[in-house]
Amino acid sequence: MSKGCFVFKPSPKKRRVSYRTVSDFGERKDDSEDTELRFVTCQSLWNQIKSETEQIQEDLNKQLFDNLVNFLRRSHSEFQEKTTEWTHRMKYREIPTAALVLGVNVTDHNLTFRSLSEVLQNNVTPYVALLEAKDCPGIKNLMQKLMGQLMNCCIDVDSLEDEDYVQVSQNRIRCSMTSLVNWYDNVTKKTDSETPRKKRTSSPRHWQSPPVVVIFKDMESFTTKVLQDFIVISSQHIRELPLVLIFGIATSPMIIHSLLPHSVSSLLCIELFQSLSCKEHLSTIIDKLILTAQFPFKLGEKVLQVLINIFLYHDFSVQNFIKGFQLCIVEHFYSQPLSVLCCQLVDAKKRVNSLSHDQCENIRRLPSFRRYVESQISEKQIALLTADSFLKETIQKLLEDLYVYHENYLSVLRCLHVFTSSLPKYPLGKQIRELHCACLENRVWETEEYESSLQLARMLNKSDLVTMLQQCVEIFVSSSGKEFDETVEKLKEFLTQFQKLEEAFQERDVSVSSQKELQKKTDLYHLQKTLLELKESRRSKKLTKFEMLRFEVVDYIDSLVRNYLVPADHKTLHEIIYFNTASVLREHLNAAPRIALHTALNNPYSYLKNQALKSDGGSISNKAPDVCIAYKLHLECGRLINLVDWLEAFSTVVMAADKPNADEASSDQVDDIIHARFIRAVSELELLGFIKPSKQKTDHVARLTWGGC
Amino acid sequence: GIKVRKDKTQLTVSVKRFVKKLENISDDEAQEILEEKNYVAALGICAQDPTGNGSSVSGGEVYSFQTPKRSSKMAELASELAQTPGQSVAPDHSECPEKTAKTPQTSSNFLWAEIAWKYNLILLSARQKAVLRSYMFLLLMLVFSLLLQSRKKEFVSTTPYRLRRRIAAPDPYLESESEYSASCSEEEDEEDQKEISTVLSGRKTPAKTKAASTPPPRNALVKKIKEDKMSNLVEEYFEAHSSSKVLTSDRTLQKLRKRRLNQQTLHDLLRKAPLAYAAEIKELNQQHESLFSKWMLQLHLGFNIVLYGLGSKRDLLEKFRTSVLQSSVHLVVNGYFPSITVRSILNSITEEVLEHIGTFRSPLDQLEFIIKRFKEDSSLELYVLIHNLDSQMLRGERSQQILAQLSSLPSIYIIASIDHINAPLMWDQAKLSLYNWLWYETTTFSPYVEETSYENSLLVQQSGSLALSSLMHVLRSLTLNARGIFRLLAQYQLDNKDNPSYPGLSFQDFYQQCREAFLVNSDLTLRAQLTEFRDHKLIRTKRGADGVEYLLIPVDDSTLTDFLEKEDEDV
Repeated sequence: MSKGCFVFKPSPKKRRVSYRTVSDFGERKDDSEDTELRFVTCQSLWNQIKSETEQIQEDLNKQLFDNLVNFLRRSHSEFQEKTTEWTHRMKYREIPTAALVLGVNVTDHNLTFRSLSEVLQNNVTPYVALLEAKDCPGIKNLMQKLMGQLMNCCIDVDSLEDEDYVQVSQNRIRCSMTSLVNWYDNVTKKTDSETPRKKRTSSPRHWQSPPVVVIFKDMESFTTKVLQDFIVISSQHIRELPLVLIFGIATSPMIIHSLLPHSVSSLLCIELFQSLSCKEHLSTIIDKLILTAQFPFKLGEKVLQVLINIFLYHDFSVQNFIKGFQLCIVEHFYSQPLSVLCCQLVDAKKRVNSLSHDQCENIRRLPSFRRYVESQISEKQIALLTADSFLKETIQKLLEDLYVYHENYLSVLRCLHVFTSSLPKYPLGKQIRELHCACLENRVWETEEYESSLQLARMLNKSDLVTMLQQCVEIFVSSSGKEFDETVEKLKEFLTQFQKLEEAFQERDVSVSSQKELQKKTDLYHLQKTLLELKESRRSKKLTKFEMLRFEVVDYIDSLVRNYLVPADHKTLHEIIYFNTASVLREHLNAAPRIALHTALNNPYSYLKNQALKSDGGSISNKAPDVCIAYKLHLECGRLINLVDWLEAFSTVVMAADKPNADEASSDQVDDIIHARFIRAVSELELLGFIKPSKQKTDHVARLTWGGC
Repeated sequence: GIKVRKDKTQLTVSVKRFVKKLENISDDEAQEILEEKNYVAALGICAQDPTGNGSSVSGGEVYSFQTPKRSSKMAELASELAQTPGQSVAPDHSECPEKTAKTPQTSSNFLWAEIAWKYNLILLSARQKAVLRSYMFLLLMLVFSLLLQSRKKEFVSTTPYRLRRRIAAPDPYLESESEYSASCSEEEDEEDQKEISTVLSGRKTPAKTKAASTPPPRNALVKKIKEDKMSNLVEEYFEAHSSSKVLTSDRTLQKLRKRRLNQQTLHDLLRKAPLAYAAEIKELNQQHESLFSKWMLQLHLGFNIVLYGLGSKRDLLEKFRTSVLQSSVHLVVNGYFPSITVRSILNSITEEVLEHIGTFRSPLDQLEFIIKRFKEDSSLELYVLIHNLDSQMLRGERSQQILAQLSSLPSIYIIASIDHINAPLMWDQAKLSLYNWLWYETTTFSPYVEETSYENSLLVQQSGSLALSSLMHVLRSLTLNARGIFRLLAQYQLDNKDNPSYPGLSFQDFYQQCREAFLVNSDLTLRAQLTEFRDHKLIRTKRGADGVEYLLIPVDDSTLTDFLEKEDEDV
């Protein structure tokens, strides 16, 4: 073999026009039907969610981009007018620079930059170049890349008139600042002369002499030398070329000064822009994707926890969060045949009617449905288990219940969050996602944290309480749930009562005056007596009206919580719309290859279910696969391993395992085989990275992992 | 720091004296012992992480730092493994009768030895003065508990599970015939103490200790101990690497009467050896194969798939290819192939898939071209199967970057396998997000036949054959005299192979010998000849301490012997 790559092409007639993904969906026997429908549902749901996330991203970035565009407008406005002021200012050769602090979630930056350059090209200038550190190891590459991008993008604007120009570009033109300046002059002059005609065709969105925007995507990873050179060179030409730099910064703005010496950074006129933090971004995403009744698909508690943990502890990447969400959707629709009902209520009801008998059986097998059946009277039980039509009716009802439950759940959850998010120390979490997880996990009112947060809520002051109640009223009014009319009434009543309390405030002052009397008395004995009495009375005294009202409010909220915040897995048919297999997610997104290797080598029984391999503790039997034995033996060695010793130890073990079969006559051959097996085991360990050949001593290998175990 | 070291040496000299000293301390501050109990409890809990099943293995448990170990350990473990067929390796009274018979000590001796050993371990970990005291009491607790146990004649120990699992045979004096070339003697006494260790703890202990150490740990304490544990690891690391000397036996493969195997015989032999647990492995594979359609689905939804786990995944991927990909364009990359480069991957895409004629200035240009083509033509689809994405040739930063960018194309579907334990380290967040991996554990336990079949990956017995063939090849193109010269040098080197400090043949001596054999007539011709050898890397020269030039053939002795034999055949 002299090649490592092999291309296989099917013969043209065998080649499918396009691969049908649907067929992958249903290659399992148990759900032969509905696969197509499921796939289509899945795809449409994902597309909805995807466009929703993009919309969110756009909205979040809008503010930032507006600021940036304004900055760009300002930075070279003088240049357009060709006033003397411009030249005056540019005596100092300052390049207008925007430092864009984007946060550590580098993986999300790409999207931001893509939309940024789109926005810029639409609104400000056609001349936008995006540079990445990995493309620019030297100043030459940087210039090449820059000119390539700039000259390509001017083609879009000038259409196809000057094709000859295009051919000259890139490679032929010497990559220097002067040629860039010349090019810019050409382009702007051309548009200047063409303006009368152009005015009609192209919108006047670009200015006469648009600035040239150069974006450094990852400023930190650029070589300092390249950056410095580029800045110094371009500052020489700033008078002829309206250049604007945008630095994408992942860490902190200080990095500019640590990367560039003062002499260089003084050539820049830096303005700082801060993008939205990724945590806020995530909160918005969760708010819009998960805490909404818009999408029928829901995440279970554990799954959500896994996704959030990956976000918080691994990458801070919203992109990855969405990827995980996508995986959940795919996994759910792939593995749950009943997910065909996971769609909008109206469709779901229709689909229930056309369910096949097998699917009905699937439903009967659902644990939550079984619980439901058991709670019914016996005649109904029989009907549910035997008659498909009755079952379908029930399902429709249950699905509707589930739908209503969600709407109510969300409103009450938000309402509860209003209360808990203002308590000291946040016993139920600061973010609504934490509260959501807590509510999904189990009955939240049974937890200690809930208990303590109620206690704290009973100590809120009036103004806070009133504002919270007002917020709750707003939430309930805006919610789509129908059952909340009463609740709103009740809350409004509370509010008016608080209002009344305020008026009755003077009355309470009277009672205080009695206390003032006691200050007049000077007799010590009497004073003590009255104080004791007062204390007694206070202890037994009825609560003030305000306190009573506060208790009432908290109790009311508590009753709402108990009514509506039932965990989802207590609901019948929750399996249809909740995805709850967190292990799948963890396995595929957050895998631990080292642990898998370690387990396979240390305890082969966990994979090969053979009784001979069964053992307790961390030990292995001598019948284990060769590589496991070699691994186990090498753990006993230090930094260097003598191959002869290793071989001897290995053959001792293996011979003992093979003892019954060993013949005296063929022992030599057996020896050879063991030898060969040892070679194989050792080279496998080398491939796995546990050892490497060493030159320190003959016939030794070095160990690459540290002892333990 | 220093105090502890002193204590340690003292301890290794005389165990009993030290324990007495400890008892004195205990008289003074006995009341504090109760408080320290917590440490014992917490330690017990801390150390009881179950190692067996994958998900619950903590990082430290998997590969902690190395402790200096005796080289005979391996042989001991081997004999133990051999003695206990099919069962647990843990030493056991009932199952290893000869072991207890070999040790002449009484049980109380055992007891002291165990105390000393445990103290050693604790001391190793407690280098700092501040921590020392608490560990003293830990030790005291152990002493008391052990005394108590010895009275009850029941061996329930509170030893941390992990420590107890260090299996050691009780006979450190049963030595193999191997001699040791390097030694770190001051450490060795201590090691000996360790050897006489865990025979005490009987079979029942794991269950009992678990029951004994159930009291809930106080968080702070656990934390503290964890911190200690961390610093231990650091200390242990530097201890393992402090001395450059490593103690291993001097035996070499040459002394074994077995001849080296070449690739072909190795293959034949392995074919004769039946694959163990074939049925189970087949079952595993079938489980993985049921995932094929899911993989296809996920590939089409924009994910790429990476397979990990022990065992060759080549057959699995091959099966995937033949069963699912037959009707679509796909590219198979054998990453384990020693001369594979990213360039060759890109070339096969541009030349064979895109049917483009022409060359590119750099891989980046080529990549750009590919990206452009795939973006223009949405009907183009390409499946790329990469065996061993983590191989020597592909693991570099630049190649990974290029492959990652390829994989981020929506119509290129990558399914790859990785094997190296550190493979995930080659990807940073940026690359990971480009790759958009879904991880699948596919432990197959099948032997890495293809992956290890290339010369440079088989370190052991193979290294000779390629060198030998190249040697023959070069020499055959030389004149007869030149071959004679080389033979002389080889012969001389072989004659001196038992001399470990053999510096090589000095130029003057060599010239003398060559003259006597009528091979050269002046030292100039010899020099010219040697230059030619050197250019072909057949010999190496180095200057000795006295400034004399010494000549060496940088090939191991067995290859040289083989070479001379072959030459004799030819002549």
